[in-house]
Amino acid sequence: MKLFKNTLFWLIIAVAALFALVPYLTDNITLRETLVLSAIYIILAANLNLMIGYTGYVNFGSIVFFGLGGYLTLWMVADHGFNVFLAVLIAGLVTSALAFALGIGILRLRGAYFALATIGVNEAVKDFVSNFDTWGGSEGIFMPFTVFKSLGGAGKALWTIYFLIIAVMALSLLLSLWVKRSKFGLGLFAIREDEDAAVVLGVKAPLFKSLAYSLSAFLPAVAGGLYFFKNGSIVPEEAFNLNLSIEAIVMVMLGGQGTVSGPAIGAFLYERLRGMLLTIPGLSNFHMVIAGVLLLLIILFAPGGLMGWLYRIWPRLRRVLE
Amino acid sequence: MLEIISSVLDGLLIGLIYGLASIGLTLIFGVMDVVNLAHGSIIALGMFALYLFFGAGLNPYLSLLPVLVLGFLLGVVIYLIAVRRIINGPSLMTLLATFAVSMIIVGIGTAVWSTSPYNVDIKSSTLNILGYTVTTARLIAALSAVLVTFALYYFLYKTTLGKAVRAVSNNREAAELMGIPSQQILAISFGIGTALAMLSGALIATMFPFTILSGGIYELKSFVASVLGGLGNPTGALFGGIILGLIEGSVAPFIQVSWTNVIEFVLFVLILLFFPRGLLGGRR
Amino acid sequence: MKKLWIILLLVAAASFGMAQTVTIGLTVSKTGKYNVESVNQLNGIKLWQQWINDQGGIQVGSKKYKVELKYYDDESKAERVQQLYSRLISQDKVDFLISPYSSGLTAKAAVISEQYGKVMVATGAASDSIFKLGYENVYQIYTPASRYLTATIDMLKAADAGLKKIAIVYEDSKFAKAVATAAKEYAKGLGLNVVLFEGYPPSTTDFGPIINKIKASGAEALVGGGHYADGATFARQLYEQQTPLKMIALLVAPASDEFAQLGDAALGVAAPSQWEPLVKYSPDCGVTPEQFVKMYQEAYGKTPAYRAAGGFAAGLVLQKAIMDAGSLKSAKVRAALDNMDLTIFFGKIKFSTDPDSHGLQLGHDMVQIQWQKKDGKLVKEIVWPLDAKTADLIYPIR
Repeated sequence: MKLFKNTLFWLIIAVAALFALVPYLTDNITLRETLVLSAIYIILAANLNLMIGYTGYVNFGSIVFFGLGGYLTLWMVADHGFNVFLAVLIAGLVTSALAFALGIGILRLRGAYFALATIGVNEAVKDFVSNFDTWGGSEGIFMPFTVFKSLGGAGKALWTIYFLIIAVMALSLLLSLWVKRSKFGLGLFAIREDEDAAVVLGVKAPLFKSLAYSLSAFLPAVAGGLYFFKNGSIVPEEAFNLNLSIEAIVMVMLGGQGTVSGPAIGAFLYERLRGMLLTIPGLSNFHMVIAGVLLLLIILFAPGGLMGWLYRIWPRLRRVLE
Repeated sequence: MLEIISSVLDGLLIGLIYGLASIGLTLIFGVMDVVNLAHGSIIALGMFALYLFFGAGLNPYLSLLPVLVLGFLLGVVIYLIAVRRIINGPSLMTLLATFAVSMIIVGIGTAVWSTSPYNVDIKSSTLNILGYTVTTARLIAALSAVLVTFALYYFLYKTTLGKAVRAVSNNREAAELMGIPSQQILAISFGIGTALAMLSGALIATMFPFTILSGGIYELKSFVASVLGGLGNPTGALFGGIILGLIEGSVAPFIQVSWTNVIEFVLFVLILLFFPRGLLGGRR
Repeated sequence: MKKLWIILLLVAAASFGMAQTVTIGLTVSKTGKYNVESVNQLNGIKLWQQWINDQGGIQVGSKKYKVELKYYDDESKAERVQQLYSRLISQDKVDFLISPYSSGLTAKAAVISEQYGKVMVATGAASDSIFKLGYENVYQIYTPASRYLTATIDMLKAADAGLKKIAIVYEDSKFAKAVATAAKEYAKGLGLNVVLFEGYPPSTTDFGPIINKIKASGAEALVGGGHYADGATFARQLYEQQTPLKMIALLVAPASDEFAQLGDAALGVAAPSQWEPLVKYSPDCGVTPEQFVKMYQEAYGKTPAYRAAGGFAAGLVLQKAIMDAGSLKSAKVRAALDNMDLTIFFGKIKFSTDPDSHGLQLGHDMVQIQWQKKDGKLVKEIVWPLDAKTADLIYPIR
């Protein structure tokens, strides 16, 4: 497989291994909790990039997949006794299928209309779930603690889930890499450049767009399932937090939309910055201001993000770190 | 029966305010093809502006004028800083730029005012008309919305500046060729849009408690109303707002209150999908 | 060499004089919708800390441990709570935990404390459902939601035997929903007709639609509400809309002193309360209600509300458990809490040890207050239970 010769492929594996092993071998729970957040952000950003960076459609409400994955998983595990690993997988597939169906409808809209529709979808789902008593309504779902016992106790379970989240992170980046180098990815980029021209050239735009949208939903849904399982609970306001969607956009733009490593680097940097701000008393609310300023500056002056800037000063980097 | 009539009347009154807010949004879109995602945060700023003026001892209704002026100036500043540079680029850029502005406003607002609810304690009295109870605050707010809308129409259709705005909205290049300084007009139009948003926020503050995050729900209603009436069409936005208010009012007695938001969002997505040009036809 | 010995002796002397400390971790909603109530609760906890430290600290066996508090702002947000409690446990290495304010946030914190096996005293949290998840480390101070409005309905029935139609309108939050559901079952059991049972979104500011429904339902009495912000707005708008109700009882909001700001809209509104300054409990240990009120007034310049009392009670209960256990080990403190059965200034404290409801508060009961005019000023009077009241219930209120 051509991928095995790719430097970035091995880089991704190496980083994932670091994320997994360093906290485990040093038994550093604080580090694990910090890294798990970074990993989640990287997952969200990398998958969002498939829509924003590759296909050119800005998804403002991408968090809806994360939340749905969480809800489906917890519902299956808490209310129906499913095994968590199976539940997470099913949640991912169901969310992808839903995304595909939804996509067929809203991907007909262009530009701003699509963006607004995705906000509408996220908010509609959040309000619906808040009223949906089968999923706990506004109270959410809280898992009975015995579920952790079946995984060997809370301590062990937390580590197992952590490793799985890191695996999903690696998969997200590998997926980005694979799509970018595939014919499918080529079609997506063509759609991004000029959708009408792409169609004329034979690219099945509606199908490709829906596939991209559906694909961008799968791993975040799985991640959502794992993350909320780890938290032992899920409530609507945190599952469908629009702010997180927006921050994901900032991460993608910050790192460099359309590249593979850009969103990951952007996510990591942004999460560090955010984490730092949150612990400084008085500045804890400033993270949205900083994010806003960052986004504005990037839009106005550096739409290619960090990677775009790096590529300009060091063109050889493009071959190694795409 | 009385309950339904009360509800519909309440909806009509609040719908007028939704309409005012929506005109602000749709005007900007109509003139320069920009969806102002900072709309909601500016509405929230209007709420706090009223709070500050009221706290300084000013009569709340007299404060509406400085709120309008403040909103206008704010809009011009936002246009010059965040929008002007990318106005001719892909629409997604302006979308993200105005969104960034919204984040900044909400972030600073949260830091200054936190997310605890604020109240403008206007001692309003209650009128009882044949069993329908309504506070004078709500009546005056609705009335103010109507007055300002008339003023806007007068401006757009009876003044030279208003004509220039309509010209730029229609065809920017042609307007420039006719000697209209389009950049200035764009800045002024943006300012008018935000002034209306801020005013509607102030009017809402005379009735309900609010936080810096309250703008979000009104932004959504502005979108629904604007899209209903056709994005870019001020008259459409006004009627869109009234229709939305009426829908809210007529549906509320029959369903659980918490479902109204869901219905609005779904309506929003459906209109975008099936009636993108709105019921009255817009720019696109 | 001599210098080294002197230094070593000095260090030894210093550490001998240094007190041992026990650290308690929690989060406070310094911002966000629970801001008012949570800071109130923190004031109570801090007062307890000051009181116990003035005595040298908590007695553990033969040593005294001074109490240190470590807290962060959770911004009234669910996701912040879990991150912060993880941090308190793994990074700040606290010995014990106190919950945030509100059932919703406490439910989130409880998962974390259970995952890491740390004892958490839950105050400001009345939800029953937290204690149905098989936790072993969480202990509830407040009367649970299922018993919040039951006494209110008893009071209504006692005042008006002919009462038939009651409306239950509640904030759609974990706590309020639980209270409302339990109230509905109780009311129906007493033969009342629940003509309206509906929840409103927690961020509601326009109660117009729901007030219209209340009017249309023909309800004679209304119980419900949620937390302070929505409850106060609800009460105000009920008054503005001239809603013809014989009794209005709302959760939380009327039990706070700030409710007086509503002026005439507050008159006659009742509330169940976890505790009032004028209660007459005789404690087995700790402070008396009068002592607590006096200490609080000296420290903060106003009369304490039940949330502050709940905070103080949390500290007091934890302290008693540690003293009984004679150890700071979680397992021993848990055993002490399981065995606890006493009365403190806050009321009776006894926790359920049944695995289906472990940690649920069994001993504590609610009092009912109502806002009345005394010498032209709005004051809170205790109107129920009848043997503990400071004034008679005003009925009907409008």
